[in-house]
Amino acid sequence: MTPDGDEADANTVSERTTERAPSDDPETRGRPTGSATMSTVTDTQPTATDPGRTTSGGTGERVFRGLTTGSGLVVVAAIALIGLFLVVQAVPSLLANNANFLTSPEFVTTDAANLRFGIRDLLVVTLLSSLMALVIAMPIGMGIALFLTQYTPPRLAQPFSYVIGLLAAVPSIVFGLWGILVLAPAIEPFAAFLQTYLGWFFLFAPGNLPVLTGTIFTGGIVLAIMILPIITATTREVFAQTPRFQVEAAQALGATRWEVIRMAVLPYGRSGFIAASMLGLGRALGETIAVLLVIRAATSPSTGSLFDGGYTFASLIASAASEFSQPLPTGAYISAGLVLFVLTFVVNAIARVVAGGKVNG
Amino acid sequence: MAKRLDLKDVDIYYGDFHAVQNVNLSVPPRSVTSFIGPSGCGKSTVLRTLNRMHEEIPGARVEGQIQLDGEDIYARGSDAVAVRRTIGMVFQRPNPFPTMSIRDNVVAGLKLQGVRDKKKLDEVCEASLRGANLWKEVSGRLDKPGGGLSGGQQQRLCIARAIAVQPDVLLMDEPCSALDPISTLAIEDLIGDLKKDYTIVIVTHNMQQAARVSDQTAFFNLEATGKPGHLVEIDDTEKIFSNPTERETEDYISGRFG
Repeated sequence: MTPDGDEADANTVSERTTERAPSDDPETRGRPTGSATMSTVTDTQPTATDPGRTTSGGTGERVFRGLTTGSGLVVVAAIALIGLFLVVQAVPSLLANNANFLTSPEFVTTDAANLRFGIRDLLVVTLLSSLMALVIAMPIGMGIALFLTQYTPPRLAQPFSYVIGLLAAVPSIVFGLWGILVLAPAIEPFAAFLQTYLGWFFLFAPGNLPVLTGTIFTGGIVLAIMILPIITATTREVFAQTPRFQVEAAQALGATRWEVIRMAVLPYGRSGFIAASMLGLGRALGETIAVLLVIRAATSPSTGSLFDGGYTFASLIASAASEFSQPLPTGAYISAGLVLFVLTFVVNAIARVVAGGKVNG
Repeated sequence: MAKRLDLKDVDIYYGDFHAVQNVNLSVPPRSVTSFIGPSGCGKSTVLRTLNRMHEEIPGARVEGQIQLDGEDIYARGSDAVAVRRTIGMVFQRPNPFPTMSIRDNVVAGLKLQGVRDKKKLDEVCEASLRGANLWKEVSGRLDKPGGGLSGGQQQRLCIARAIAVQPDVLLMDEPCSALDPISTLAIEDLIGDLKKDYTIVIVTHNMQQAARVSDQTAFFNLEATGKPGHLVEIDDTEKIFSNPTERETEDYISGRFG
């Protein structure tokens, strides 16, 4: 036995005891020890329903309820006010816009009298980089979650989860620096390989950048690493909650580890996994500084390739933040922010619907 | 089909905790053997060692021999997954796969064994559901999820799932404890039918049930909490409930037990 064995065994033993508890047979219920417990319970009950205590707590109760309701309302009010702020600031600029807001690839705000801005490229770059991140992070996140819940003994799974958690604690700017200085040159040969052999496919076609570093492709990988902890943490929690009786149903039929996962764990955790991925997507859509550092600005419009450069909603706004002086040009960026706000809102709403209220993240 | 089980000097441990001590008993084929005894006496633990399900708890181990028609299921080279494919189990709480249809639930074990022939699967599905006395109730909605059935129907679905693979032995861990009396009666009748073809071991808290369904009864007890459980005696059910050899057994079945 290993030194940690005792603790683990104590757990399993107590687990088994609680499992049996509800099925206590009538014979044992009538035992002397049983009736002793009953009388203790009745003794304590009058104190709990002591009428003096409930009435004297009246004022405190009201104050407390007021405080908690108030804090709840603050959140709702904050979101409503942010939305209102974005709309109010965006509308004048949208009215003064000389280009089509939805379809134009331009974003020219230097001349306040002739604003020309559209979100087409922003939307393309944002979605391409975030979806690529999702495509990479979803299988890896599920793999890690399965590894942690199904294959690793609990005493190893715990420290491993902490390491994953640490990944979430690394500041965005560090990811950005690493992405452009280390990752981008390192994956350049791979990017070149993809472009040479899969260039006929629009995602791998030559983009609007003269180089293969600092593309959406690089940004997508950086984002994938950044959202991995979010997906892993939530998915792990859901998988770990798979009911024992479901797992046992599969085991008793002679299912192997993988078959147990397929028959019991995945059907149970599927919605939680999708919700976790949507939370990760929300994070990727809004990620700013790492994307700003990694994805290079492009001079020509986006081609829909992963080897494009350009701006996402968030990185464009951040890049222009130092020039927010005149209301109309600023409003152009705020309208871009409004679209991002709505986009993340929709993604989160989908996550919640899919999860059926099971996820609290 | 319907093999014999022999337990020889079986000791069961959870890590350092000695859960069950020195069990020797035999379960003849095509019969029902019930395990009775107070909570914590290890009867469920013994049952779970019979298809190596207890191994899923970290630190659990078995000493001694458990033989299926003379072959030790714990022998080196014997695989827990393979053992469970020949020794079926029905649990305390009905546990159909909630997302699978009734049909898929029944044939889940066969699919694990690689049977893909749809005609064969449909045949086994019908035969198993008939065997579990559930066919008439569900034949019109085989594609509906198994989770939509009543508790008693779900438990019979689980029995159908267990017998679909034609196991050598069928283990039942308090199969009626979550069911109402009418469903319980249905399951008990079913056990009576099934013993024509299967070797059945059932753990029950209900002594009347043991008396009604089983051919032989094993009484387990423990000296005190924290002490290992042990087999007090095993004998024909009639003898256990009318004239047991051990005083302990008599105290327990007559309700004098502490």
